[in-house]
Amino acid sequence: MAELRLDNVIKEFGEVRVIHGVDLKVQDGEFVVVVGPSGCGKSTLLRMVAGLEEVSGGEIHIDERMVNRVEPKDRDIAIVFQNYALYPHMSVRQNMAYGLKIRKFPKQEIEQRVNDAADLLQLGEYLDRRPNQLSGGQRQRVAMGRAIVREPSIFLFDEPLSNLDAKLRVQMRVEIRQLQRRLGTTSLYVTHDQVEAMTMADRLVVMNAGVAEQIGTPLEIYERPASIFVAGFIGSPSMNFVEGRIAADRQSVVIGQDFSIPLPQVTDAIQADQPVTVGLRPEDLHLTQESPDEASLPLTVDLVEVLGADTLLHGQVPHLDTLIIARLSGVPQVKNGEVVHLAFRPRRLHLFDRDSGKSLYYGQNAA
Amino acid sequence: MLKRVHFRRSYLPYLLVLPQIAVTLVFFIWPAAQALYQSLLIEDAFGLSYEFVWFENFIALFRDGNYLHSFRITIVFSAAVTFSAMALGLCFATMADRVIRGSSVYKTLLVWPYAVAPALAGALWAFMFDPTLGIISGFLKTVGYDWDHRLDGTDAMMLIIVAATWKQISYNFLFFLAGLQAIPKSLTEAAAIDGAGPFKRFWTIIFPLLSPTTFFLMVVNVVYAFFETFGIVHAVTAGGPSRATSILVYKVYRDGFVGLDLGGSAAQSVILMAIVISLTVFQFRYIEKKVQY
Ligand SMILES: Nc1ncnc2c1ncn2[C@@H]1O[C@H](COP(=O)(O)OP(=O)(O)OP(=O)(O)O)[C@@H](O)[C@H]1O
Ligand SMILES: [Mg+2]
Repeated sequence: MAELRLDNVIKEFGEVRVIHGVDLKVQDGEFVVVVGPSGCGKSTLLRMVAGLEEVSGGEIHIDERMVNRVEPKDRDIAIVFQNYALYPHMSVRQNMAYGLKIRKFPKQEIEQRVNDAADLLQLGEYLDRRPNQLSGGQRQRVAMGRAIVREPSIFLFDEPLSNLDAKLRVQMRVEIRQLQRRLGTTSLYVTHDQVEAMTMADRLVVMNAGVAEQIGTPLEIYERPASIFVAGFIGSPSMNFVEGRIAADRQSVVIGQDFSIPLPQVTDAIQADQPVTVGLRPEDLHLTQESPDEASLPLTVDLVEVLGADTLLHGQVPHLDTLIIARLSGVPQVKNGEVVHLAFRPRRLHLFDRDSGKSLYYGQNAA
Repeated sequence: MLKRVHFRRSYLPYLLVLPQIAVTLVFFIWPAAQALYQSLLIEDAFGLSYEFVWFENFIALFRDGNYLHSFRITIVFSAAVTFSAMALGLCFATMADRVIRGSSVYKTLLVWPYAVAPALAGALWAFMFDPTLGIISGFLKTVGYDWDHRLDGTDAMMLIIVAATWKQISYNFLFFLAGLQAIPKSLTEAAAIDGAGPFKRFWTIIFPLLSPTTFFLMVVNVVYAFFETFGIVHAVTAGGPSRATSILVYKVYRDGFVGLDLGGSAAQSVILMAIVISLTVFQFRYIEKKVQY
């Protein structure tokens, strides 16, 4: 059991800075997921916590101990790698026992712990197999087993599910989460899959280009994304973005020339005539009849994707060359080329500063 | 089982392997058959007459103290060369695997000895160890060791071992380096997190995973020490002093071309051939069954 704290952690490879000062605090027993696009520095961050990569600046603390210069083996952590990194020449049993043997645990204790872990992970009948005689999901479990037998105070996961097929991934993500809850071990989990991130995390760190753009619970991040990047990254399909401008009276936002959307609240964060990016989630749009009382957008439909429970409409707003996607429940009768009207509750509106990309305003609760 | 694709019958495949078969026939099968045939004959020194004697040449060999001596020193020689060339090759490869900056220079330098002809390699070492002029023998003299491989059999043996090892390190280095680089880095990282220090990691993870490479190289090195060191021995010691370095392959040449005992020499080459064939078969067997990681 431990607490993990990152203070302004920086990583440079030669001249190139890839992590630009990350602050993060993982509470004892918490499951924190780091999510971001490929190359944003997630693995690098995790590897610094593990001690596999030197820290170029800032401090990493495990409990009250500063571990920047502590060897990986002395940090009391375990890591599950993307490719599992099982020792191919050892049986499942030997793989799990390796770390305990090196740490000179008594034989009986090793056996006890390996058997317990095998029971927990349903690996009992595979203990004498080599990794290459196991399926992907079983290997994944062995990698987990190797991590838990040592009873470390922190688990680190680097995209542990990305080599599995979609169905197994869903199953394993539930298993990992249940296991972690049962053991109560502080965990840092890296993934580029936002669904994985949303479903597993107690708290989420959204990373972009070496910066932690936002840290918060999955729901907070979904409802109040702090920047265009976060808004676009979390949620599927992505949030729609349209260029707009705040009206002179600051009571509404104008899209293109003709559409004006009233803002539910007036705040000081926005100024008259300020250029903004308007964000609307596809699932917040619904079909409506054209009426002067309701804020609605016309959409020329290009493509209808029927998913079964939902339907995605892809199309363009006339005179705006922005692609808009709407996610409608059920199977509405819409044909390609048709013009439909989409309504949304102004409360679901997001406004972002056009230059900095920072969030200015949530319709739900003005910033 | 691999799926086989069937093509229409055509002469093209045969045509394509024809050069290879021709080369094998002319340069291997034919001389080998000749050696086999000659090993069953006793010929007089002038080549005027011969007699078919079945296995008498072989029986004579194994009764000959000189031949048995040669066999013994060959085993010592090849064991020493194989072990030191592999140990050093592995050692250098492990270090090169860690080097990031300047690694290509380092690798290139390490590979050069392989491009040196055996006789030249031999000459090079013979110069350095020359009892009167050599720098290394000069150095040994200052630390109190009187080196003379022309008079001392042990010194001579050491010298050909050093020269033969030096030449083979590059080869082993290349294969070991390739083997090391094929081991995923995450394995050593996992072991480091599991608590293993560098030495423990090497012996419990890396070395076992290199075993296919190690085995392959062992066979190659033994074959090298047995057969390809002729040039080195010839240039450095010429088998001397008093047969101290007359390893099997050198003795074949001595007895056949200098001693003109063609039958005996042929019998010796047949035995050498049998050794190399069995080593090769052994290796193929193993590689087929090799554990696939
Ligand atoms: N050893 C290294 N030397 C130089 N640059 C590196 C090194 N390792 C990583 N980088 C760079 O650091 C950045 C972050 O890499 P990192 O592996 O952390 O990305 P990631 O977020 O884990 O991506 P992915 O989702 O693809 O695994 C990348 O731009 C990468 O090119
Ligand atoms: Mg990564």
